[in-house]
Amino acid sequence: MTPAPSPEVLQAPLVVEFPFTRSLGPVQSAFLTGLRTRTVLGVRTTDGRVLVPPVEYDPVTADELADLVEVAPTGTVTTWAWNPSPRRGQPLSAPFAWVLVRLDGADTALLHALDAPGPDAVRTGMRVRIRWAAEREGAITDIACFEPYDGAEGGEAVPHTGTFTDPVRSIVAPARLDYTYAPGRAQSRYLKALAGRATYGERCPSCRKVYVPPRGACPTCGVATAEQVEVGPRGTVTTFCIVNIKARNLDIEVPYVYAHIALDGADLALHARIGGIPYDEVRMGLRVEPVWSEDGRYPDHYRPTGEPDADYDTYKELL
Amino acid sequence: MREVAIVAFGQSDHRRDTAEISEVEMLMPVLHQVLDAVGLRAGEIDFTCSGSCDYLAGRAFSFTMALDGVGAWPPISESHVEMDGAWALYEAWTRLLTGEAETALVYSYGKSSPGDLREVLTRQLDPYYVAPLWPDSVSLAALQAQALLDAEDTGDTVADERALAGVAARSRTAAEDNPHAQLAGSPPPDALLEEPYLVRPLRRHDCPPVGDGAAAVVLAAGDTARRLCRRPAWIRGMDHRTEAHSLGVRDLTRSPSSRLAAERAGAFEAPVDLAELHAPFTSQELILRRALRLGEDVRVNPSGGALAANPMMAAGLIRLGEAAAAIHRGAADRALAHATSGPCLQQNLVAVLEGDAS
Repeated sequence: MTPAPSPEVLQAPLVVEFPFTRSLGPVQSAFLTGLRTRTVLGVRTTDGRVLVPPVEYDPVTADELADLVEVAPTGTVTTWAWNPSPRRGQPLSAPFAWVLVRLDGADTALLHALDAPGPDAVRTGMRVRIRWAAEREGAITDIACFEPYDGAEGGEAVPHTGTFTDPVRSIVAPARLDYTYAPGRAQSRYLKALAGRATYGERCPSCRKVYVPPRGACPTCGVATAEQVEVGPRGTVTTFCIVNIKARNLDIEVPYVYAHIALDGADLALHARIGGIPYDEVRMGLRVEPVWSEDGRYPDHYRPTGEPDADYDTYKELL
Repeated sequence: MREVAIVAFGQSDHRRDTAEISEVEMLMPVLHQVLDAVGLRAGEIDFTCSGSCDYLAGRAFSFTMALDGVGAWPPISESHVEMDGAWALYEAWTRLLTGEAETALVYSYGKSSPGDLREVLTRQLDPYYVAPLWPDSVSLAALQAQALLDAEDTGDTVADERALAGVAARSRTAAEDNPHAQLAGSPPPDALLEEPYLVRPLRRHDCPPVGDGAAAVVLAAGDTARRLCRRPAWIRGMDHRTEAHSLGVRDLTRSPSSRLAAERAGAFEAPVDLAELHAPFTSQELILRRALRLGEDVRVNPSGGALAANPMMAAGLIRLGEAAAAIHRGAADRALAHATSGPCLQQNLVAVLEGDAS
């Protein structure tokens, strides 16, 4: 038994980035297309209120809404918060106020930024107007921000057809989140051993099964695994598939084989690519060994050892 | 209606950063704690339900890894909500009410430390009109706080910055008795008001700590509950309601969804002696006290509440757990527990818990 070494925490940057393409309903489409032409549309509910920004369904009655109206680009701050340190993606890069603004002619408020010299220049009830973005594409960011305004009040909402040439039908909303990934005790131990070209599983103190890669808990017993057990390096293909679709950013010719491999001494198969053998000659029971990546920190793939195939009974429980 | 009770509660110590352990490594000791308390093994539990959110740590399907800590093989009857564990508890409660299960394990966890929580939470907002502006969670809470400070009608509540500081000081002073709290102890309100604004009108003391943590409870029905727990915390009612999703449609100074959930849960049928409110920001406690009709005689958040520890996805379940634990040990007879989700008290759950007369 090898007592587990005190863990040294591994950490690495992880960026999760995803551009969502979202289709728009007819009301959203009219609103965002309107912004492109410096027109602010709202929608009238069945009880006569004007919602800006407009939604497809009444938030109270759930009625489908379609009665579009145009409201003014001027309005009144209904609440505010001073943001002294703007963050990535926010409307302004210098300190600004978040505001909810009820545009003249509307009964509800729109969230956006207010460009103001400081918090003392902002108050609930102050008058503001839209500052339009120089380039507009049909998005909420076509409003660059609001700015203080002391001119005349806009009038009542007026009916609008909502019809525009080349309406916006969808938006692309990019999202990026930055993380510092930390795999925890068990996986840190595993990854550190792997960098030394050793593969360590961890044994469940209750059922005695050895898990590779270890994740810190036995999924059968629900208890922590702690005892490290060196497994492999050789193993047996328990099952496999032939991949015919080339993955983006992956420089591997298709077809190739991806397999479940039971390393000698492990009670759970891990998965890896099989190389060094024509894809149509890979079979269950094939004995394989790791081929380490150039920087040696993990196996790039597994290749045949040349040993006779393993007997089915030796791995049938691991399928 | 079938009687269902919370019979055990456990939680981790809540900390700013738990980089040395994975989610399942953080969760497992808490699961063992509640199972040991009732003398059951995971395989003997009829239904398991969990709450978590992949965005927090940026790990896809992280709840499947967490299930390893339960011992989910051979397959158990299990469900998951991408919400606070309070809503997982709600699902488990309904399952027990149907009579299909006698016992349930409910757990939730959140590891916010790998990411930037204020940015992560922008991704839960309306993707068309709001999320493209990346308004962070503290800023949205500040808009709500300012609306409350400006409001002419706040009922019997005094809502000024000193009242907010009072909530912070009271909560974190109470947390000195909570060994799991992330933040405990506080300068007096007047000293807090000397500090600069974080996002005006909110100062740092008005905001919850960002941290990692986990919690778990065991539910049981009828005589099973009586067998597993000396004084079960019976769930007399539970309901959850939501507001319109657009912030500009809502009156941010009120919480009609909390009021309605409380009515439906039977909270107003008799006075409560304890309330555990999930109010991550000080101003939200004032709004909730009014919505839930809590008088000065009700002890609110003796645990310190979310201002002392606010592990995402677990802090709501912890409110139910803390209220139940107070009943278990005889420190309360009828308690209200509240959980919230989303920006500015978007969605709210209320449960009423009672202990048998001793």
